[in-house]
This record gives sequence, C-alpha cells and structure tokens, in this order.
Amino acid sequence: MIGLSHYLAVAAALFTIGVFGIFVNRKNIIVILMSIELILLAVNINLVAFSSFLGDLVGQVFAMFVLTVAAAEAAVGLAILVVYFRNRGNIAVEDLNLMKG
Amino acid sequence: MIAVAAFYILSAIAIAAAFMVVVARNPVHSVLFLILTFFTASGLFVLLGAEFLAMLLIVVYVGAVAVLFLFVVMMLDIDFAELKAGFFTYLPFGGLIALILFGQFAMVGGAWIEKSVTASAIAAPSPAAAAVSNAEAIGRILYTDYIFLFQAAGIILFIAMVGAIALTLRHRDGIRRQNVSAQVGRTRAAGVEMKDPKPGEGVVF
Repeated sequence: MIGLSHYLAVAAALFTIGVFGIFVNRKNIIVILMSIELILLAVNINLVAFSSFLGDLVGQVFAMFVLTVAAAEAAVGLAILVVYFRNRGNIAVEDLNLMKG
Repeated sequence: MIAVAAFYILSAIAIAAAFMVVVARNPVHSVLFLILTFFTASGLFVLLGAEFLAMLLIVVYVGAVAVLFLFVVMMLDIDFAELKAGFFTYLPFGGLIALILFGQFAMVGGAWIEKSVTASAIAAPSPAAAAVSNAEAIGRILYTDYIFLFQAAGIILFIAMVGAIALTLRHRDGIRRQNVSAQVGRTRAAGVEMKDPKPGEGVVF
C-alpha cells in the first residue's frame, strides 16, 4: 500500500533535483527558473499528500495559492529576462552586475 | 494494485523527467521535460484524490507557464552551448549539495513518527468523496473561509500581469500606430466627397 512517506520521498527527490539544477546551471537563467518551478512543484506534492492523508482540505487550498504565486513569478521573471536580453544581447548570469549588488 | 503500480510508474517518470530538465543540453528539451514532469505530477494528484488541483496543474502549468517558457526560449537568440559550458565544473559541488540535502530529508523522514492527528487540529475536514466532489469541497471553503486570500491571489496575478506588460512594452519611433482620437474625431466633410458623374464618364479623384 502506498503511504504518505512514499509521496514525501518523491517530493524530496524533486526538490533535491531542483536545487541540483540551480547549482549545475549557474550560467543559464532560464533553466534556473525551471528549477525553481520544480522546487515549487515538490512543495505542492507535499501539501497535497498531507492534505489527502490527514483528511484536511486546507492543504489543497494552500497548494492553489502556491500555484498562483509560481505563475506570477514565472511571468515577471521571464518578462525581466526578455527586457534584459533586449538591452544587453545575452542572458549570461555573470554579467548581471549592473546594480553592483 | 493498479494504484500502486500507477504510483511507481508516475513517480519514476516524474523524477527521471525532472532530472532531464536540469541536465538536458537543449533548453527546448528542458521545457518539454518540464511539461512531462507536470503531467506525471498531476497524475500523482489524481491518485491522492485531488482531482481539481490535478486539472489546475495541467491548465495553469502546462497550458500557460510551460508555453511561456517555450516562447521565451525560442524567441531569444542565445548560444545555449556557451551557457552550458560550466556544467561539469559545478557538477561535483552541486552533486555534493544535492546528496547532503537528500540525506537530510531521509534523516528527517527516518526520525519522523507518524501520529494520528486529533480531530481538533484539522481546519477543514474533507468530506466523503462519494458525497461531494473534490472541486465542490474546495469551492465551499475557498469562497467562504479563504475568500480574502482568494482575492489576494487575484490581486497578485493582476499585479504580475501589469508588471509583465509594463516591463516588456516599448514604443518604437517610425512605426504607424492607431490614433483612436483622430479616427473618432474625423468629420463627415473630411471623409466623404459627393460626386455627380454623367453617364459614360468615369470619376476622377
């Protein structure tokens, strides 16, 4: 029988792959954004798994809000990326030092 | 039995596709593997009894976010091979971090004792699946207890939409644009000219 821990293991694996993707694709900001989406998906799987196994619907409502924020983040992030590419002609992460942060 | 097999197949595909997202050479392939990951994750949601969220995942992520990624990847003229150059230099460090992180997750999972949650701790008990569908049950609490959070989510999406448009909008010179006030303010005298041609003659403008 599939228990809660099985779903938590899948979510942990997805989260780890997302973090790994951020580290190995340090130059490619598009893949970094996709890795963030993977991390948020792992969090959503956790929320829905707990919601299902504890019989509490709030987890699914919260997963919906996570989905909303993820969609907004992707839209604004890609818009910034497009504007940056228009101004600089490339999207290399090392060159993102205009603000001297 | 079928649910068990479906869980293992779906989660194996999800993890493999997620791994391909981060190691694929071509970012277009990365986006397509991301779509596959979302599809299999929505399958997992169906197994968990969260049908509404599964459909939402397909509509929002596959239909909107992944296609947005695909647009951006295909529209930007970038040498992706160059961006992939540092992959193997960061691989040992990234792999180490990932191993440590997964080890920590495993330790937390091993030390975690599953206790039965008391009924008072459950904020919104999910009704029996036979009585109320998942979407209806979510709607009942989303539009009552969580209405303000729901409105806040709408505001967040609205601000994100305005921000994305404001960031990417640009007015270039030398481009003929629609001038609505000039169109609407045109008088009849400026637009229409009456001619009275005789039979057999053409009309010269």
